[in-house]
Amino acid sequence: MKKHSWQEYQKDVADDKYYYVRSCIRQNFFPGSEAAFLNILRNDLHRDIREDAIHTSCTGIGYHSDIVPIETIMTVVARQFALMTESGYENFASSCITSFGVYSEALEMWHEFPEMEEKTREYLYKATGREFRKPRSVAHASDIIFHHRDEIASKAKYRLVNAATGEPLRGVEHIGCHYAKIFPKNGIGGAEFPYVLAGMIEAWGGQVVDYPERRHCCGFGFRNYLVRANRGYSIANSQKKFESMAPYKPDFILTNCPGCPMFMDRWQYTIAEMEGITYGADGHGIPVLTYEELAGLVLGYDPWELGMQMHQVDVEPLLDKMGVEYDPSAKFLGKNGKYIGQPLDAAVNCGCSGSSIL
Amino acid sequence: MDWGYSINQPRAVNLDKNDLGVAEKLLRRMPLLQACIGCGSCTATCTAGGFTSFNFRKVQTLVRRGEYQGAYEEMSKCMLCGKCRLACPRGINTRAVVMMIKKELAKQ
Repeated sequence: MKKHSWQEYQKDVADDKYYYVRSCIRQNFFPGSEAAFLNILRNDLHRDIREDAIHTSCTGIGYHSDIVPIETIMTVVARQFALMTESGYENFASSCITSFGVYSEALEMWHEFPEMEEKTREYLYKATGREFRKPRSVAHASDIIFHHRDEIASKAKYRLVNAATGEPLRGVEHIGCHYAKIFPKNGIGGAEFPYVLAGMIEAWGGQVVDYPERRHCCGFGFRNYLVRANRGYSIANSQKKFESMAPYKPDFILTNCPGCPMFMDRWQYTIAEMEGITYGADGHGIPVLTYEELAGLVLGYDPWELGMQMHQVDVEPLLDKMGVEYDPSAKFLGKNGKYIGQPLDAAVNCGCSGSSIL
Repeated sequence: MDWGYSINQPRAVNLDKNDLGVAEKLLRRMPLLQACIGCGSCTATCTAGGFTSFNFRKVQTLVRRGEYQGAYEEMSKCMLCGKCRLACPRGINTRAVVMMIKKELAKQ
């Protein structure tokens, strides 16, 4: 069944000439990841990728919080496509999983209900005077890294292998819900057998570890987190995943959504502070990475240039296992060597938590 | 630190972890309870249920799954009128079930 399903969920990803739209929240959560993506595409893979300063948020957070109506979000989506059209590009690339779901949803709605597309074109023209062509392909940025995974492997400085033992590092992956759970055919491997991140781990020498709650949501879910009193439900979802993956002793968690690394990283900190429980080895947390960070590490980028000092769970145990060379004293030095401040010691990093479930 | 929230406990029933002692005793004494199809006729006709939150179907289901917390207090809302017994399509002596659950849980 697995082989059969995999054949159904192949996806064509454009090889070059991308129009890239950023996420509105990733730049706060993991500010180095999107810059790393652009650097990897331009400098390592020598691809043409355009980033446009005048594109906006897709308004997906407002849409999924029932604040932004569908006509509005479709007009915003149409404007992004119009900017792409004006730039002469046809392959749309989204940094954000929520946005990717929004773009897929708009295109599907326009396909099913052409009158909605006509109405959206009218709204866009009246509001901005712009017109658009629909993209030839819509890819999430993780699709693009997946597409180039073998080329990245061929240029790799480090591999996902324990430098001391030669054993492959064990990675668990977590796919953002809006990547393939809404439109399974738009995701590599679909919703049931997602392969977009697993393929990267395998291509770069690691071992993918399956775990029972692999497809469970990270707990973000917009209104589950946006209202403070609801956050107990959000953290309970992440905890369910941590408890499920911990017995398999993963060396890292790999994610492809803006919210998932944020919550799986920060909730490990919160659970350690609240209950004294950690899920990694030796009383530490499990490092959580974005796919751009992992690709950057494999290609030999400096972890602090990738923004990995912004993680609540320290990434040094993983860097040490991979044999990555880094300067510990430079961790909290920003541009031009300026000290950016550092967080207080946390239970999730000191190896002193009351109980590690391992 | 005041976080303003706490970690929600899962509401999943874990049959491997729950103590099913009372449930097993109940089914030994009233094997017909296994014939319950959960139709809710008992609850729909319940006099006490009309005035309180008492829900016989829910409480007996939870007890059979080893979820005993609050079950004694809930069963105490029953007035033992027996209308549920008349409505049950499987002929279960529901009033006796109420008394058995109360008796067993009173020992805990």
